[in-house]
Amino acid sequence: MNYTRPKADAVIVGLGWAGALMAEELTRAGLNVVVIERGPWEQTHRNMPPSIAADELRYGARREALRPPSVETLTFRNNRHEKALPGRDMNNWVVGYSVGGAGKHWSANAWRFTPADFTMATRVKERYPHMKLPEGLIVQDWGVTYEELEPHYDRWEKISGISGKAGVLNGQVQPGGNPFEGSRSSQYPTPPLVRSRWNDIFHQTTEKMGLHPFPIPAGTIGAAYTNPLGINLAPCTYCGFCGFYGCGNWSKSSPNACVIPALMTRPNFTLLTECTALKAEKAADGKTVTGVTFLDSDKNIGFQPADIVVFAAFQFDNVRLMLLSDVGTPYDPQTRKGTIGRAYNFQTMSYGFLYFENEYMNPFISTGALSTQIDDYNGDNFDHTNLGFLGGAGIQALSDQATPMGMTDRVPAGTKMWGSQWKKAFQHSYQNYAKIQGQGTSYAHVESYLSLDPNYSDANGQPLLRMTFEYNENDRKMARFVRDRIADICRVSGAKTWDAQAFPDQPFSPSRAYDSGHTIGGAAMGLDPATSALNRYQQSWDAHNLFVIGASSFPNNAGYNPTGTLSALTLWTAQAIINDYLRQPGLLTR
Amino acid sequence: MDRRSVLKAGMVLISTSVAASIFRPAGAALRVLNGGTKWLAKETLPPSPVDPTKRMFLTYKEFAQVTAIFDRLIPADDISVSASQAGCVVFIDHQLVTPWAAGALRYLGGSEEKGSDTQGNQSLRTPAYVYRKGLAELDAYCHEHLGNSFEALSAEQQDELLEHMESGDVQLASIPSNALFTQLLSNVQEGFFADPIYGGNKDMAGWKMVGFPGARYDYRDYVNLKGQKLDIIPVSLIGRI
Repeated sequence: MNYTRPKADAVIVGLGWAGALMAEELTRAGLNVVVIERGPWEQTHRNMPPSIAADELRYGARREALRPPSVETLTFRNNRHEKALPGRDMNNWVVGYSVGGAGKHWSANAWRFTPADFTMATRVKERYPHMKLPEGLIVQDWGVTYEELEPHYDRWEKISGISGKAGVLNGQVQPGGNPFEGSRSSQYPTPPLVRSRWNDIFHQTTEKMGLHPFPIPAGTIGAAYTNPLGINLAPCTYCGFCGFYGCGNWSKSSPNACVIPALMTRPNFTLLTECTALKAEKAADGKTVTGVTFLDSDKNIGFQPADIVVFAAFQFDNVRLMLLSDVGTPYDPQTRKGTIGRAYNFQTMSYGFLYFENEYMNPFISTGALSTQIDDYNGDNFDHTNLGFLGGAGIQALSDQATPMGMTDRVPAGTKMWGSQWKKAFQHSYQNYAKIQGQGTSYAHVESYLSLDPNYSDANGQPLLRMTFEYNENDRKMARFVRDRIADICRVSGAKTWDAQAFPDQPFSPSRAYDSGHTIGGAAMGLDPATSALNRYQQSWDAHNLFVIGASSFPNNAGYNPTGTLSALTLWTAQAIINDYLRQPGLLTR
Repeated sequence: MDRRSVLKAGMVLISTSVAASIFRPAGAALRVLNGGTKWLAKETLPPSPVDPTKRMFLTYKEFAQVTAIFDRLIPADDISVSASQAGCVVFIDHQLVTPWAAGALRYLGGSEEKGSDTQGNQSLRTPAYVYRKGLAELDAYCHEHLGNSFEALSAEQQDELLEHMESGDVQLASIPSNALFTQLLSNVQEGFFADPIYGGNKDMAGWKMVGFPGARYDYRDYVNLKGQKLDIIPVSLIGRI
């Protein structure tokens, strides 16, 4: 049976961070908002209390909080001459599957990008006019600047109760914070959590080396806090069940804890749960969209008409919805024309895995974001003249591995992985292992892109999204540089043995252990409709009442987790809709 | 579309939402949540504690095979009891009747293709199938090449065979031996470190071996005791079993 729901002012696909923040802004402005969400409604006390959440088998190994591949997955190939095959098992494509989306299970690393990350094309021209970039590397400005986003970062941090220590406040460098960060208009709303033993070792080591360690900003609340929406949040308890888990304490920033309680009280907000958005429908003239078609939990097809359509699904699904809705031109790597699926990028990882002796790291005292970092080699914080690459990485001592099942391979290289030898090694490693993560930038390349798969479909018969991706020469050079900086730190840290790795030294695989889940771009924002799917307000160049919000908009990734930036961009776009679009619907770049 | 007309449209919608729901199917209608009303989520239930006296999936023969294999992967020694003593065989026996074992989480669409190493496991086999078929094929292999069942071999013979399975050198009839090995190793470790509610990690033996406090969920009293041996007594979701 098909049915049409009453028309809304705005329909939003997905109630993760982006969807919840957009709904909060639009409903507060008086719009009638309907959200279509694939997952069920969940509440902390009924669905993730400590007596349920502290379960590594259920959430760490079986990953019950995530969308299973059986519902939807991607196909993957390293280059366009191969046949893409489906990811059949849970891998690094970590997608939410309930209200809150990935914002429920995220590990709460709550960053701002640096000012340079938004304007690298301009910056290269100005600072490195003679730099030779690899052929096919895509470096383009976002069309929005850090200064424009600052008030929105600030708003999101206050809504989320982010814990941290400012490094640059109103242009003044502050002791103990990140001296390389863009200037902030206010301090973080809650203080940083107490550092772990490993954080402290890293801090002392890097400070001794003349580097600048600081506690990273985290959505693990640093103190009891009431946010601007009047919602109470609680201090984090370092429980160790964080990334992949819902929080049972109201102490991890999430749409569920920080935003949705406000939406629940607003009569102009409607949430359709367990409904899968299939596509937006185009108007007869092709210049706007009329609403969203969805599959409900009875397997009936519904249509939600609306004046404004917002895609706020996970990055993959935003791009896939663009392609399924036939809005814009799909990217073709042969002609290098088209924008939907273009500028796909990632997160280029390097690591140091360290093994100490006679330590008590007590790794179970942990959060997803209990981390001390140096930004001396991140973004464009250091001079790249003659280095032969762009970008860098945040290098951090990350105390996010607490639970034993996921650590059983954490033994020095060459150790037998079973039997009594493994048992003794793992018993020792559990207290002596530590990790340095180099979370690196990523620039897109003309040969890496997203498209609809011609062979494989999801449970509803719609084509899966196909990922064609391989590291490029810029990634490789950058990651090796970062790996060597990590090795420098390992050498001074006092570890007995260590192993430093640059991930791009091996072909990319979505199932590689310890790789990032930050899959970025594919519906990039920008200044030129020939190279971006969206304008600087995340508004489709091809359908002016379609806004696409999320990490899918980033034409490049910074050496940071994406959530803070996609949230700030959402608030930026919401303001543009409320203050400008509603008055005069049409392209905002008029 | 000015702000006022938007607001007005919203008011009209609110007043018609009750009528509109009449035309919606009942199941999906229950999953439509309106602001200003009470939202009640379906409850997420805790797992049912495993009854270790119940056999769920493995035959007596398979149970003996898995016991022998698991006890080489996690043998009894001076730092802990063996896998089977910790309930890991009971654990996997009960896991093998869950949707996970039936492959319900895996994408099983399309035909099976070999693919490249970077494309991940392309096999359409479910965990339950790997156990049933793999254990039978391993038994056949052991009888043919070693003259006895795996569980009747000496510990040294068992270890040697497991090493060859780990590297994929053992030619079973259809299941790649390293796929069977990886399945068994990951499951025995799951059983050893999962909450005891699932039947393994008896008396929290796995957690005690490494010093993991289990489902404590709050370390605020310990965060300033950095680098110290804490000796926190672990706790399970159901206490001791």
